[in-house]
Amino acid sequence: MSIDKVKCECGHVNPEGTVLCEACGKPIEGNQHIDGNDKQKLLNMRYDGSARRSQTYNKSIIDKIWSFFSSVKVGVWLIVLALVASAIGTIFPQEQYIPPDAVSRDPAVYYEGTYGIFGKIYYQLGFHHLYSSWWYMLLIALIGISLVICSLDRFVPLYKALKRQKAKRHETFLNRQRLYSKTENVTQEEKEKVIARLKKQRYKVRDENGHILAEKGRFSRWGPYVNHIGLIIILLAAILRMTPLLFSDDYVWVREGQRIVIPSTDGEYYIENKDFILETWDPEEAGGKFKDALEKQGAVAKNYQTNAVIYKKKGDSIPGEEPDLEKVTEGEIRLNQPLKFDKYTLYQSGYQQNEFTSMAFNILRSDAKDEEYKNLTFKLHTTDEENDKTLGTFTIDLNDQKEVYKLDNGFRVQVEEYYPDYYLEGGKPESHSDKPRNPAFVFFVSPPDSDKSETSFVGLDGSISAAGEDSQYQLDIEDYKLKGELGTFKIDLNEPKSEYELNNGTRVVIDEYYPDYAEEDGQAISKSKYPRNPAFELSVYPPDSDKAEKSFVGIGKNDPMTKGNQYRLGLAGYELHDVSGIQVKKDYTLPFFILGAIIFMIGVVQGMYWHHRRIWIHPKDNGLLVAAHTNKNWFGIKKDIEKAIEGTNINMVVDQQELED
Amino acid sequence: MDYLKISSSALYTAFFLYLIATIFFGATIKDDKKKRNQGVSGIIGITLTLVGFAAQLVYFVTRWLASGHAPVSNMFEFVTFFGMGVVLAFIIIYFIYRLSILGLFALPIALILIAYASMFPTEISPLISSLQSHWLYIHVTTVSIAQAILSISFVAGLIYLIRQIDQSTASKRTFWLEVILFGLFIFIGFSVSGGIFKAMDYHAEFQYIEQGNETTTDYQMPAIVGPHDSKLLTQDVMKPWFAAPSWMHGADAGRKFNSVIWSVFTGLIIYLIFRLISRKRVGATIQPLLKKVSPDLLDEVSYRAVAIGFPLFTLGGLIFASIWAQEAWGRFWGWDPKEVWALVTWFFYAAFLHLRLSRGWHGEKSAWLAVGGFAIIMFNLIAVNLILAGLHSYA
Repeated sequence: MSIDKVKCECGHVNPEGTVLCEACGKPIEGNQHIDGNDKQKLLNMRYDGSARRSQTYNKSIIDKIWSFFSSVKVGVWLIVLALVASAIGTIFPQEQYIPPDAVSRDPAVYYEGTYGIFGKIYYQLGFHHLYSSWWYMLLIALIGISLVICSLDRFVPLYKALKRQKAKRHETFLNRQRLYSKTENVTQEEKEKVIARLKKQRYKVRDENGHILAEKGRFSRWGPYVNHIGLIIILLAAILRMTPLLFSDDYVWVREGQRIVIPSTDGEYYIENKDFILETWDPEEAGGKFKDALEKQGAVAKNYQTNAVIYKKKGDSIPGEEPDLEKVTEGEIRLNQPLKFDKYTLYQSGYQQNEFTSMAFNILRSDAKDEEYKNLTFKLHTTDEENDKTLGTFTIDLNDQKEVYKLDNGFRVQVEEYYPDYYLEGGKPESHSDKPRNPAFVFFVSPPDSDKSETSFVGLDGSISAAGEDSQYQLDIEDYKLKGELGTFKIDLNEPKSEYELNNGTRVVIDEYYPDYAEEDGQAISKSKYPRNPAFELSVYPPDSDKAEKSFVGIGKNDPMTKGNQYRLGLAGYELHDVSGIQVKKDYTLPFFILGAIIFMIGVVQGMYWHHRRIWIHPKDNGLLVAAHTNKNWFGIKKDIEKAIEGTNINMVVDQQELED
Repeated sequence: MDYLKISSSALYTAFFLYLIATIFFGATIKDDKKKRNQGVSGIIGITLTLVGFAAQLVYFVTRWLASGHAPVSNMFEFVTFFGMGVVLAFIIIYFIYRLSILGLFALPIALILIAYASMFPTEISPLISSLQSHWLYIHVTTVSIAQAILSISFVAGLIYLIRQIDQSTASKRTFWLEVILFGLFIFIGFSVSGGIFKAMDYHAEFQYIEQGNETTTDYQMPAIVGPHDSKLLTQDVMKPWFAAPSWMHGADAGRKFNSVIWSVFTGLIIYLIFRLISRKRVGATIQPLLKKVSPDLLDEVSYRAVAIGFPLFTLGGLIFASIWAQEAWGRFWGWDPKEVWALVTWFFYAAFLHLRLSRGWHGEKSAWLAVGGFAIIMFNLIAVNLILAGLHSYA
């Protein structure tokens, strides 16, 4: 190999391919074309003219690949391609951003339907998932390879060259620097003054037989390599992320009141949704200062929140058996405030309001004209919210009323006033008719062994106590039965049964269930599996009959499907709940991304906010030559030199590049 | 104390101080750059700029006190802050390089930005759920200061191009330089047309469907283009000539598109008046004034601004943004259009910095790149919010 090495006249042996002697900087004959120095007066100072593998060897295929990836030009092209590709991906939304209210969320339909022919082309080219396409990933991977090879190709020789540099530089090296001056007569005193001033400006000064090298900020030259390491760590972390061991991402919908296993936790953890809260800004809030803005913008969401309890499974459980759960943590999951436990993080990511929990129906005789009530069941309980106690129940048969109802525990309820068909006129209760269409009562409630009574007004809409806030007892209607009613049944929509049997032998069979009912081309369909607008096809088998009477019932919908039905169905009530969409994440790769980002920032700041400056002073006859080089901020280094030579005979360096222009 | 009133008068004060400072910086054109001593007009210029900046800080702080959150939460506040950032970046670069001519171009850019911002609704508005985080202040302020510093690179690059491009014959270069300058006229056109119709108190209300909800929008300029599939509610006003295409997303896309048309139209008129008077390209008109500026220094300022702005942009636009996204949505990167355009900006300046390593990419080519970078920043600021729907489409 020694044949390949190049010995400079200063005695230093340089590696093959060196452009400027590592020690004295003298251009090495035969290699000047590499950095284009043969055509320019000024020397190309990048990487200090060190021997780079990519510029030296170009025989084997490996050499060629190495040269290809080590080229900045190739690197820049890759960056530009990634830039253009990334921008293309924003022309139309990516498939994960197809709006939920779109005509169709199927990409094959959505893009053409919304954006016409361009949308179709966009979809066919696969741009709707551009960032996860093989070629985009390949592009990023190529940038990664380019980063590694570029850095290695330059860092090693540059490091060596800067380590081996001598203070004494060859004259050609000096006069072909961008900043250069020649002074004929300089005293030793003046020279020392300059050196002292450079030291004061925190230059490290080396003196070799009167040849001076003042240098500072060399570490900034390593900045690019440090930040490239950071980027490589980030790219590696992105690859690590593809393993389920280190990263998992799941989503769970949980109803209010529901407790279910959290996916991707191996059945170890359970979540219970206590409550979902959606708040909007109130215009009067905060002194009304947002009133104007809210008037213009309409409702603005203030808070999305799920109050959740997390449980952990204790021990092993047999499948099918209810597991033994232990509470781990309880907390509020809000947007911007995720809940963390063990290695998992839960994010508030979605919601669905007003899903149906249950629906109750009653079965009425078809000839029952208006809804008339047959009996009402009341519940007496204490008003104390924290310790609500049921004191007893009683039923009033509206055709056969008693004056006083005595409860088992001694409470007495006296009927003071009865309004069969109650309405309110001028603040006074009245009755439209004597038909019990909307029954309401005024009661006197007396505790056992007491003559004192509380007055209560109770109707189907609710109850009011005359005692107001001081009232101790409250009466509520717990149940009722209509005239001509065969019975009632309640369908739990979370677990609908296929058949319901009533006390009197009536059977109701669910033939078809549409959780999210809609009509499409005259056909009943379900838009989703979520009970947002439940509807049923029901078969009613009255007692002593095995002939099914079919009906279609839903919200605001009630049609018989068979002729001559003796009974009809009516909606007697329903309950609603909200559903929270919770994102479940486990991510062990985050520390790597953070590390990569920190290293990148250190590197980029190191390289950009500090500058490598070198000033050479070369004694010649009675005078001296001054030359200087910096990797950036020429303005700064000129100021340094100006300061150092102030008041001496030494000529200010001239910017030879400016002269060339 | 009414913070909001103090706040808006402070912003007006800042605006006028910047305007006067610009005139003084204009007067420095005659200064001989060989003399390192500052001319009187330069000193007055920078003093006024500093006082103006202080006034704008008062605006910022009092508005923060009034609303209870950092005023960077909607388009008006954000663009105003960006304008303030440009002034700050100019002040920093000024004290490094003492280059007065920068003020003559940087301050008008800041003025245009502030005027542009004031065309958006200026009421203080409550924070939507997703913005309620400390990262709002940290992320948004860092990004906009970084972008402001990168804008100084554009300012220096633009001066370089006006100074250096041969105006004696029409060429591709003179054409594109003129296009850039015309772009600035569009911003002026936006403010002028907006200001005129605001003074006339013009209103036209439209009803249309947005994301499945029936909404109304108030046009404060005559509707050349109406919202997609809309109904005009106001009587006796100009009917729209055509409707916005359905692919324009973002809140109130039709109204914004209408503003763009008016801006281009008004900008064109102002530009044509300028050309009629000067009888030369705008670039050629300004060029003689810049003879005394050193192109090498401009090139260096342009590069230096990128060198300072790039790490800051990475920190604010990518790293802080990712941390916040992780907190809010559980994913630090989601390919939202705004995120992608931040990445595009980052790629662009990364390419810029790498190209500076090669010979032949200094000077004019570098200046064109600085202009391109600014175009990307403005695109991300305006067009992404206007055309591309996403998590950032506020205001």
